[in-house]
Amino acid sequence: MSASPGAAHPAALALARRHRLRAWEPIPWVLALAFYLAFPKHLGFGTELLVTVLFALSLDLVLGYAGIVTLGHAAFFGTGAYTVGMLAKHGIWNEPITSLILAALVASAVGFGSGLVLLRTRGLTLLMLTLCTMALLEEAANLGHDYTGGFDGLDNLLIAPLFGVFEFNPLYPTTQYLYVLAVLFLCFVFVRTLVYSPFGQSLTGIRENLLRMPAVGAPVQARLVVCYTLSAATAGIAGGIWAQANAYVNLGTLGLDRAATVLIILVLGGHGRLYGAFIGAAAYLALSHFLAKIYPTAWQLGLGLLLVAIALFARNGILGMAETLWHRLPLTRAAS
Amino acid sequence: MLLGGVAAGMVLFIVSVGLSVTMGLMGFVNLAHGGFAMLGGYAIVQAMKQAGLGFLPALLLGFVATAAVSVVFERLLYARLYRAAELDQVLFTIGLVFVMIASVTLVFGPENQPLVLPPALQGQTNLGITQYRTYSVVLIASGIVIVVGLWLGFERTRMGAQIRAAVDNRRMAESLGINIDRLFTVTFALGSGMAALGGGLGAEFLGLDPQYPLKYLVYFLIVVAVGGLGRVTGVFYAALLIGVFDFVLKKYVPQGGTLFIYALTILLLLWRPQGLFGSKAT
Repeated sequence: MSASPGAAHPAALALARRHRLRAWEPIPWVLALAFYLAFPKHLGFGTELLVTVLFALSLDLVLGYAGIVTLGHAAFFGTGAYTVGMLAKHGIWNEPITSLILAALVASAVGFGSGLVLLRTRGLTLLMLTLCTMALLEEAANLGHDYTGGFDGLDNLLIAPLFGVFEFNPLYPTTQYLYVLAVLFLCFVFVRTLVYSPFGQSLTGIRENLLRMPAVGAPVQARLVVCYTLSAATAGIAGGIWAQANAYVNLGTLGLDRAATVLIILVLGGHGRLYGAFIGAAAYLALSHFLAKIYPTAWQLGLGLLLVAIALFARNGILGMAETLWHRLPLTRAAS
Repeated sequence: MLLGGVAAGMVLFIVSVGLSVTMGLMGFVNLAHGGFAMLGGYAIVQAMKQAGLGFLPALLLGFVATAAVSVVFERLLYARLYRAAELDQVLFTIGLVFVMIASVTLVFGPENQPLVLPPALQGQTNLGITQYRTYSVVLIASGIVIVVGLWLGFERTRMGAQIRAAVDNRRMAESLGINIDRLFTVTFALGSGMAALGGGLGAEFLGLDPQYPLKYLVYFLIVVAVGGLGRVTGVFYAALLIGVFDFVLKKYVPQGGTLFIYALTILLLLWRPQGLFGSKAT
């Protein structure tokens, strides 16, 4: 046998090249910076978009890669948001970066605790348990109004300037935008590294075949819990940064609406694809930003029809459709 | 004073039983079930308001109309997703709920639709030991009639036996020549019709507005998950349990009642993932 005959095989090469940076990958980041320069008046919208991308990215980790269908992902978003909000409101801690780290820690603790027990179940039971956990947290936040502000939430949060220099100004969110962009970039690099690692590969394996993975010796349960915890931490960062950028927290951060919306966004863009979160969030927020204000009911109707259409005809979202089209082009087919 | 809770439990049962059976039969995660309850409720209220129908004929009309609509949905849309992944089913049914909410809002506006009870059902009734609201008593009575009827249908008819067989082992049932698709269509229609009845009967205290399907979704799902998939009696006990619990807790611990129900459901599902009364692991 010559030295590793499999190494030259196209499949092996593809696997080895999977994680390499592709030429188009800097595009979203360039666009995000261009947005900052081109639309200084819409940075509030831009910040919201970036936070949504981060949240959708965290969901992609559990849903797109590990295949855990959850309706309760806002539980971690809300946990992060309330961590930041409560620390700032009660004057305990308001330095932004360390608050975010705390938000990630608290959210990952919630994720680890709930994941440890929840992830033993499958299917409808799992769906129900994620939903109930989120409802439980929402109700707890509603009840503990001495600490959480109850139904009204916490507003006018005082967040210390970033690095002690850059003020968070709710009216001119330039600091927020760049700050969120930087955090999103760091989290993205982390998630990207994770999904292309052997660990990420084993998550995909679990998603594809739950019976075979234990048979090849993968500790399925432990992998799922770790993945769930990391995803919860990311969602916690998204929630925390959302609270910092908007200077308020409310019960909506823990609600079914938010959980369903992020699911829709991710699937719209294409789950299990990393960049689906970007495409989905941009498409969804742009649509809702312009349409929902003109005619909210029609927006909901359109969204519903869109969801039905995606579930029936385009199961891989916008990116999936683009991929199919790309492979159908005669040019690329000749090349491969 | 548990009667109020029992009445609420009856409504929960009437709405959720169809969901339990259809989920048990096809393993289809149908989050739009509450939507059919809402559509039925609207049909019933409108039939009484616009067409001047009596309460009973309106209920009947709501049942038939909703069942008919649901058959169209089932054949055209649901049927394409029976073998699809859970995620697609969840998305599809959430989308359907949005469409229902938006269409109802467009046609009737976002306000609550009050259900005006016929005079005979208003006021109090003397039960011998105590006075109680006539409507609650009527609800409980009709709930019992429906449970007995469903139980008989489930245990004593050919179709009931087919449903039970298919819930327990669909492949085996299919290979014995049971036409699962047709069975499912019929069950789906009946279940949606029942949901419509529940929507109408419960409109008096659950309210009836476009947000109905999302507002009570968690409750319906809890009842089904606790009762077990495809179990009529299981769902009945679960609905009674949740109804009474909810009622008592809201009365004596108005602050933390719901919290307690969620916590209880989580513990229960961890202890028995197949529900209190289910026998098949899901």
